Order: sequence, then structure tokens, then C-alpha cells
Amino acid sequence: MIRFLFKGLIRDKHRSLLPLIVVALGVMLTVVFHSWLTGVISDSIEYNARFTTGHVKVMTMAYADNLDQMPNDLALLNADSLTVALKKQFPGMEWVERIHFAGLVDVPDRSGETRAQGNTIGFGIDLFTPGSAEIDRMNIRKSVVEGRLPKQNGEILISNELASDMKLKPGDTISLISSTMYGEMAIYNFTVAGTVVFGTSFLDRGTIIADIADVRQALNMEGASGEILGLSQKGYFDKNEATEIAAAFNRNYNKPADEFSPVMKTLMEQNNLGALVDYSSVILTVLVAVFLLAMSIVLWNAGLLGGLRRYGEFGMRLAIGEEKGHVYKTMIYESLLIGTFGSLAGVALGMVFAWYFQHYGLNLKGMMQNATIIMPTVFKARITPVTWFIGFIPGILSTLIGTMLSGIGIYKRQTAQLFKELEA
Amino acid sequence: MKLLLAILCLSISSAYAQYPDGKEILKKIDQNLSSDNRIFTSKMIIHGRRTSRTIESKTWTAGEKKSFTEYLFPAREQGTKMLKLDDQLWIYSPSTDRTIQIAGHMLRQSVMGSDLSYEDLMEDNRLLNHYNAVVTGAENVAGRPCWVVKLTAFDPNMAYQGLKLWVDKERNIPLKEEMYAKSGTLLKRSELSNVENINGRWYPKKIVFKDMLKDGEGTEFIIGNIQFNAAIPEYVFSKANLKK
Repeated sequence: MIRFLFKGLIRDKHRSLLPLIVVALGVMLTVVFHSWLTGVISDSIEYNARFTTGHVKVMTMAYADNLDQMPNDLALLNADSLTVALKKQFPGMEWVERIHFAGLVDVPDRSGETRAQGNTIGFGIDLFTPGSAEIDRMNIRKSVVEGRLPKQNGEILISNELASDMKLKPGDTISLISSTMYGEMAIYNFTVAGTVVFGTSFLDRGTIIADIADVRQALNMEGASGEILGLSQKGYFDKNEATEIAAAFNRNYNKPADEFSPVMKTLMEQNNLGALVDYSSVILTVLVAVFLLAMSIVLWNAGLLGGLRRYGEFGMRLAIGEEKGHVYKTMIYESLLIGTFGSLAGVALGMVFAWYFQHYGLNLKGMMQNATIIMPTVFKARITPVTWFIGFIPGILSTLIGTMLSGIGIYKRQTAQLFKELEA
Repeated sequence: MKLLLAILCLSISSAYAQYPDGKEILKKIDQNLSSDNRIFTSKMIIHGRRTSRTIESKTWTAGEKKSFTEYLFPAREQGTKMLKLDDQLWIYSPSTDRTIQIAGHMLRQSVMGSDLSYEDLMEDNRLLNHYNAVVTGAENVAGRPCWVVKLTAFDPNMAYQGLKLWVDKERNIPLKEEMYAKSGTLLKRSELSNVENINGRWYPKKIVFKDMLKDGEGTEFIIGNIQFNAAIPEYVFSKANLKK
């Protein structure tokens, strides 16, 4: 019977073409949106983890309360010994010390006086220790657009946008003006080794990257660090792992009465990323539900139109003795065939677009100029195993539900009236 | 009704008539605290959330426009110099051999993490030139009878749009100050003590500043030696003097 129905669908394109196109388009959109949303959310989380939040982060409680201000006067003292303890106690994580600071970049003229000034957000990271993964973790090697990576203390990288605004080039000297850990004014000279583009507006507006030893010297933070980041060796954020480690650490180290005692926070507890992670699953559910509902309504209407067009055919079939249930069943089988082929076509088409967005992305830099969280400017899709069936099942279901709703009309036909209707 | 209003107006005016003129008080304060120029050494004890630090400096000021400060202690700050001419400020850092210009709005930033801004530290504004004053009451501060004087800035660009002073009735110097923003927000509070008579003028040798918008226990500003109207060569207020 399937072959019979299939032939019918092929030969009578009015019966199959519109629903097939509708299902294919719907499935395609679901696949593309799902992969794109997955990509954007995953990239945003990873960007934030690598640059600012880690998968977990250790700070003093006072620092954590004023995190946005980068208050290095509230930094962790003896951070080096705490890092050693963390490495021993939680070997599943890589632990790195960071100093995140704000300040002014001051460019001198030939006489040593101010020629230009600009605001900056700086990262003090481990650039020079053999085996340090910080350069690769922050994708710095690939981000250098002019000059080279720092080779010795006193050299920094500066965002290309800031360098361009201040007419800086590799080899130039700049002064960082900031505050020391004790609140004094800090002025420290650096040499620009290279310029970088990270591909995220928040960082590209005005970032400098220096070795943490230089930043410690500049900000009078000997032995101290603002933050210790923990990044899972799995390479991705594992919510359960992070939560367990944070709870274990806080049980041993955190003393609520002492505002300078260390506290560990997971990625979810920083930069509103928890909401992003939670909402991402909600958004995906809503996306599928909206698709299912919209497609069902569209296909219900398509089914009603088809039903009207096939009014005579159904009447004839009922008049010659075919049971209403059988007619209804054949419609359902037809819809399953249309749904399957439409969904297959939709997945195939969707995957083509998803692949394109995964490789080339969508550049939304213009819309990200004032972004205050770290997000990539090129939004890329990510194809995951879920992408393959996220649209397929709703595609079949929507066709089925649409047909079931529109086919109810068959049961309302009065057998006694059929011949009169057919004569008319 | 008219009679009632007249009685009310009369009683209000008679209440204010008990108080001296605000301008007269400002004039007397300026005579004590301001001078054509001055040279002083000072010690700033900054009480932070974690630790307290002491910074020592020597300052030369001439009128309201010129000021030069050299830091003497601690070693990390020694040799750092600041020159302020009008609304421009240059800071010389000996460790980097750089002279950095600080933009106008930066003058309201904290000096060395203290509760004082560059404007607080380096300006010697005569109150009479910048504020209108009304005496609103009388209270005791540190056991001394004081006039409560409310000041309103003429210039909308003044750092503090409103001041409230508790002025010693006898010695004509404020013993307590509150500095307000245009919105009415209390920005800073200071308490002045160790009042000494120096060359016929009363002068507080210790001021405790508290920036109400930041954590910490405040900053003690203690004046050591102070000379009023001493001869200061013009080169002191030059950029060339920063690198000397």
C-alpha cells in the first residue's frame, strides 16, 4: 500500500508538493537556528571562560563583590602558594593566575610629554614560563596582526584598534597609568611588541596583554593576583564538575566573616553566564515548540485545502464502500511519507547552511560596538549530533498532526448525501 | 490673614537677624586659610580596607591657579612631582622618566588612593570667590560653639556644588565640612583639628577626609611646617622643574 500511496503522491503533485516544501523549509530553519544558537552560546561561554571567568575562578570575597571594578587592592595575597595547593587538590583543572586591570595608555611625544591617551583594560597573564598554555588558550598567536609575540619582560601586545587610534606601531613605547594594589598611582613603561585583533568588540576596543610578572611590578603586587582561573582539562565547561570543585574549595577555604578569604565561583555565577546557559536550553525547547505549532497550523490549513480539492475523490471512495477509517488511515500514511521526505530534504538543506555558518559565520561587528560582555563578533554555527534530528522529528510530527486535524472532516461526511453531492 | 503673614515674615527675618552675614564669615575664613602663596610639608595617612599607608610630600602653591608638589616618602613615590596650572595637571614619574598630563575630569580622581582628589590637594580656592553663603544655625563641634553655614557654588563646574561648614565662632575656621554634589549627594566629609595660631592666623594642622563614596577608614592629612606668603621663584611652577 505504501508503494501505491507513494505513486499517488508522485503523480499528483498538488497533493504533495506544497506540504513537502513547507515541511522542508520549516525543518531547514530549525536546523539552521539550532546550530547557530548552539554555536553562539558555546562560543560566548568559551570566550568568557578563557578570557575572564575560567570554568571556575578564585578571588577574595571583597574582590568578587566588586568584580566589575577590577579592584586589585582587594586581590589575593600569597596567590602563588594558593595556586600550588589548588593544583594538588584539584588536578583535573588547569590553574592559572591572572591580573585584570584598568588604566590609561599614555603615548609620549619626542620630548617625553603626553601625545595621546586612551582607556585600556589589561590582562596580566603568564607569557614566558615554559609550558604555559595561556598564549594558545587566549588564541593570541593567531590574533597578532602586526609585529610579534612578546619575547621578553617589558613587552606587550595592544589591540589593533587602540594602536591605530593612538598611531602606535611595534617598537613604540607607551606608559601604563593605573593604580597599584595600595591605591597609589602607577606609571610603568612598556614596549609594544605587536598588535592583536581578538574578534570580539569588548576586547578589541582597548586591550593590552602583558606578562603577569611585569604587571605585578607595575601595580606593586608582588606575590599577589587578582584572580586564579581554573579551566577543566576536559576542554569544555562541565557544570557538575565545576559546582563540585567550587563547593569543596569553599568548604575548606572560605570564611564568611573574613572579606579577604578566598572564594571560588563557577562560570555560571559570573557575568550572568548562568542565565545564558539556562536560557539556552529553554530557547531551544521554545524554538522546537514554536516550529511544531506553526508547522501544524500551516499544514492543517494545507490539509484542509487539499481536503477541499480532494472532496470529490474522498466522496467517491466512500461511496464505493471504502471505510472512513481506511480513508483517514491512508491520509495519515501519505502525511508520514511527505513528512519523512520533507524532513530529510529540510535536514539536508539546513545542514548545508549550518556548515556554511560553521565555517564562515555571520559578522555582526557593527551591532557589537558597545558590547560589555565578551562575545565573538563573527557568530558561527556549531553542528552537533542533536542538529541532525532536532528538526526531523518535529517535521514528521507537524505533518502528522496537521493531517490528523484536517482529516477529521472525513468522519463528518454523510454516506446518504454522497451521491447527491457527486451529482452536483 | 495679612497680619498673620506679616508676623510670620517678621519672625523669620528676626530669626536670621540673630546670625551673622554669611559673606562676612567666608571673608574671615579666607583670611585664615588662604594666602597669596604658601609652602608646606604634609603627611598623608591613608587608612585602606587592608592596610594604612603614609605618604609625605612638600607643596608650593601660589594663588588659586598654581601648585607644585614633590613626594618625599615612601621610596616608591620619592621624586614623583605634580604641577598644576589652572585646570591642567602634569605628573612626573622618575622611575619611567615620563611627564604625564592628566585631563580635566581626572583632577577629581583620588590622589594615591587617598580620600583626597587632586583638586582637594592642590587647590587653594578662596571661598568668597566661589560660593554664596547663608548661616543657618549654631551647633557645638568638639566642644566649641560654631555657626552652621550653607554654601552654594556660583559656578556649575565647581567640584562641590554645595558645602556645609561648622565654623568656629571665635577663631573663624571650619571645624567640620560636608561636600555635596549638585544632586545633593554627600561626597565627602572632613574634620579639622589641631588648630594653631600661625603668624596671627588660625590654621588647622590636621584634617581627616572621608570620601563617602568609597570604602576605607578615611585619610588623615597632617600639615608639618607651613609658611605663608613666602617668596616662591616663578620657575617652581614650570614644567622644567618636574624633571629637576
